[in-house]
Amino acid sequence: MPALRFARLLVSVLPWVVFPCTMPAGAADALVPYRVVGDGIPAPLTDTPGDPRRGRVAAANSTQGNCAICHPMPIAELPVFGNLGPPLDGVGARLTEAQLRLRIVDAKRLNPQSIMPAYYHVAGLRRVAPKFQNQPMLSAQEIEDVVAYLATLK
Amino acid sequence: MRRPRLGSTMRTLMLAIACIAAATSVPAAAPTDDLARYPVSGRRSGYTYLSPETRAQQKDEFANPGMLWVEQGERLWSLVPDKSKAQAQSCVGCHGDAAKSMRGVAARYPAFDRGEGHVVSLEHRINACRVKKQGATPFAWESQGLLAMTAYVSRQSLDMPVSVKVTGPAARSFERGRTAYYQRRGQLDMACAHCHEERTGARLRAEVISQGQINGHPVYRQLWQTMGSAQRMFAWCNDAVRADPYAYGSQEYTDLELFVKWRGRGLPVETPAIRR
Ligand code: HEC
Ligand code: HEC
Repeated sequence: MPALRFARLLVSVLPWVVFPCTMPAGAADALVPYRVVGDGIPAPLTDTPGDPRRGRVAAANSTQGNCAICHPMPIAELPVFGNLGPPLDGVGARLTEAQLRLRIVDAKRLNPQSIMPAYYHVAGLRRVAPKFQNQPMLSAQEIEDVVAYLATLK
Repeated sequence: MRRPRLGSTMRTLMLAIACIAAATSVPAAAPTDDLARYPVSGRRSGYTYLSPETRAQQKDEFANPGMLWVEQGERLWSLVPDKSKAQAQSCVGCHGDAAKSMRGVAARYPAFDRGEGHVVSLEHRINACRVKKQGATPFAWESQGLLAMTAYVSRQSLDMPVSVKVTGPAARSFERGRTAYYQRRGQLDMACAHCHEERTGARLRAEVISQGQINGHPVYRQLWQTMGSAQRMFAWCNDAVRADPYAYGSQEYTDLELFVKWRGRGLPVETPAIRR
């Protein structure tokens, strides 16, 4: 049944043309606990400081954060940006690292109606595709990298 | 599965059509672009999000690639699927001229089916006839045959307003569909309504979000380079938010199809529509 298999492949692969992402490495590990203070998460999730260069790649990359699918952002090499979220230009001047961290980890803590995915949250989701179950969209280190990158956008 | 061979036949056919079109190249009356008929009470077909070129292609029976499925459906309509069976007869045997007997059918499907005791989509109805009245095996969902039959039957309702029944015995199905539409799901935790109700016209990267209407389904989708049913589109959107899709033809998707079709009530049937 090669045709049927091909059809299935199309159905399963093509969405990623529009919404590509992959799972972070170290899947299925328990999530690092964190503490919300006010509207931020003051403490980094990892001991290794975030790397803004890696964070820029992770934010742009359609196989990682894929932030540009929703946000205009100052990444010249990307051809096109979505506009479901606000532009991230200058976000590092508007928000502290703690505030940035919470918005990426779980934006719904601040706005339960938000459509921004919680990138470091797995509980209470409905009908997650089996290969993504119990995995955050970004690893703890990737979160730190993206925070470090956004903090440079002044 | 016969799909690859049919696929290449299709391509040959399309080439032939393209050649004929180029050769005869009658610039004649450019097909009318009837954007003016939208919106219908605020409801907009995916048609209104297309480029003028694609809209013209959809309106032009000779340029619209979906018409190849409609034509195949027309051939199947008068074919006996399994001559060895006692019930051997074609669709014509029961329904006669589709232009008359099938007019308006697609506009009111999915619909409650008394015999089945639940709401069924047009694909189910076609397969029920195949099995019960023709003694044939059902078409697989998204198979060439089922898409062709569905496209052909739907084409007979061209330009008729979508009008599904959502009260009486269909009410429970409709309410389940409505609930599903507003329910967040998948790793991205998004509901259909987040995109297709609250953010129409916004862009996901380069993709402009439409109202997600199904008045043109099955559609020829350029991304797929083939026809697809409404339920295939649901599965695509579910995959996009990393949700586990339901099976094609499942009651869950059929309920959702009823709700989504109702959202587009009053929109003209456009099958076979072309979408990006
Ligand atoms: C599906 C859409 C979507 C995706 C994907 C998305 N965001 Fe957002 N984001 C939003 C929306 C919408 C808001 C506005 C606030 C809200 O609704 O929560 C927002 C707000 C934000 C804010 C707060 C901005 C401000 O000025 O207050 C930051 C920071 C942010 N996003 C960063 C990111 C990063 C980094 C990524 C990728 C790792 C990302 N977003 C992915 C939709 C998205
Ligand atoms: C993250 C955003 C998003 C979500 C959530 C989403 N869709 Fe879509 N949908 C799209 C995009 C992008 C397209 C392609 C452009 C268009 O036609 O809107 C699309 C297209 C469609 C179409 C085809 C419209 C046409 O004119 O051919 C249908 C039908 C549809 N979606 C239904 C649904 C249903 C039902 C759900 C929930 C199960 C859903 N969508 C969830 C983004 C989404």
